[in-house]
Amino acid sequence: MNAVSCTGVRHSFGRTVAVDDLDLEVAPGEVFGLLGPNGAGKTTTIRMITTLLPAPPGAIRVFGTDVAREKLAVRRLVGYVPQQLSADATLTGRENVALFARLFDVPRAARAEQVGSVLDAVGLLEVADRQAATYSGGMIRRLELAQALVSTPRLLVLDEPTIGLDPIARAGVWERIGQVRADTGMTVLVTTHHMAEAEQNCDRIALMHRGRITAIGSPAELRAEVGEHASLEDVFRARTGGDLTEDTSKGIRDVRATRRTARRLG
Amino acid sequence: MSAPPAAPPAAWGDRVLPRLFVSRVATMCLVELQKLRHDRSELVTRAIQPALWLLVFGETFTRLRVIPTGSLPYLDYLAPGILAQSALFVSIFYGIQIIWERDAGVLSKLLVTPTPRAALVAGKAFAAGVRAVLQALVVLVLSALLGVGLTANPLRLLTVLLVVVVGSAFFCCLSITIAGLVLTRERLMGIGQAITMPLFFASNALYPVQLMPGWLQVINHVNPLSYEVDALRGLLIGTPATLPLDLAVLVGAAALGVGVAAALLPRLAR
Repeated sequence: MNAVSCTGVRHSFGRTVAVDDLDLEVAPGEVFGLLGPNGAGKTTTIRMITTLLPAPPGAIRVFGTDVAREKLAVRRLVGYVPQQLSADATLTGRENVALFARLFDVPRAARAEQVGSVLDAVGLLEVADRQAATYSGGMIRRLELAQALVSTPRLLVLDEPTIGLDPIARAGVWERIGQVRADTGMTVLVTTHHMAEAEQNCDRIALMHRGRITAIGSPAELRAEVGEHASLEDVFRARTGGDLTEDTSKGIRDVRATRRTARRLG
Repeated sequence: MSAPPAAPPAAWGDRVLPRLFVSRVATMCLVELQKLRHDRSELVTRAIQPALWLLVFGETFTRLRVIPTGSLPYLDYLAPGILAQSALFVSIFYGIQIIWERDAGVLSKLLVTPTPRAALVAGKAFAAGVRAVLQALVVLVLSALLGVGLTANPLRLLTVLLVVVVGSAFFCCLSITIAGLVLTRERLMGIGQAITMPLFFASNALYPVQLMPGWLQVINHVNPLSYEVDALRGLLIGTPATLPLDLAVLVGAAALGVGVAAALLPRLAR
């Protein structure tokens, strides 16, 4: 059974088609990257997978569960980290994680240990009782990772997890993701527009452009299609005629919102 | 580095819907108390306005005797109205918090938890009630210090807190509903300010209904704040009140508010 299975998925915002006839299969235990420029449809795709946007019945399944018919069951399988740095700055790190432990019905007897365990796993145990307002951007992102992991999801969905972070914080976030995956065998679905990150950290990649998947495979397989020394950027250019830095969204509202949030959280 | 367990125990997800609902409401109320524990300044700043109403408006109009309240001192008549006003002001801007949570990505994360939309809205609504109760306690202490003849009956005082919670839950849902319609903080601020004072002045908080012009009496009858004030006044001061009707209207309005706000919540998530 696939971790994620999408068949003929389509979604429009008014007249703008964000996702167009998308077929996708993510195998259990793999780190799967959706790679594409802003506006390619990556976020819309994962918002449908995570039940945030409506999907037609039968079109999307998470571990065999239909996201349209069994939303609550799907949400129990998923840990989600959105693009924005989204911790509650007025709460401590521990309270932020405990909130999600309660919302996922982690039993009271196991809750404190589970919260401590995931905070330890992301390297925040020592600062867990400080307010999140005092955390750096990288620490906030790791805190969000802990929030997503506290329910021990079978599928971890990360939307641009390193956006707005400096290179050291980005490396730290990927290190934690890799470690959790190695320790637990969790499936990870991640969106990014950083080629190097996708190449280094993903088992397989789908290149998205204007709502469609233009290529899919391991980084090595994708590069081999174009040439011996080709990069993923070359693959993308060869497939679409565009490049990964173009913005097809007619705006960078989400990126701006993320930067505002990063500044707000210090 | 230690790692979290590899898979969630199956028993974590077996709660039935009513228990799930109660659990989510309790969680949201707990978070609200945690936030208040970290920053109590809002309780102090929000106490200034009701203190001014009671001290300046209440004391002055008690001496002027221009508002006929029978044998009841005007300050005693006014105190429950100001209590309801404080709770209204706390809850009516809760939609701004929802919009902030949407902008910050917090709402998306909450919506991807196994929480029905209605439970999430009810959680927020009762969290507003928790904050309003703390505010109400401040107003009650102020009123007692000013010599208002408040009841000392613990059952009545507990019912007062219940009325404040349910009333605040309704106004919080109204705010979330408006947030779901207008979608931006700026518009919500404008509409919130535009409706707050009319809600207050078109209620029995400041003066008896009999003094109102006919058209205002009609508005008063469909204004949930009036039922909240009537219940609070009856419970705290002992004036004649239709408590069962007041509670029924407030509970019904809150339930309707939860339903409508929950239906509009997905608009905020898109």
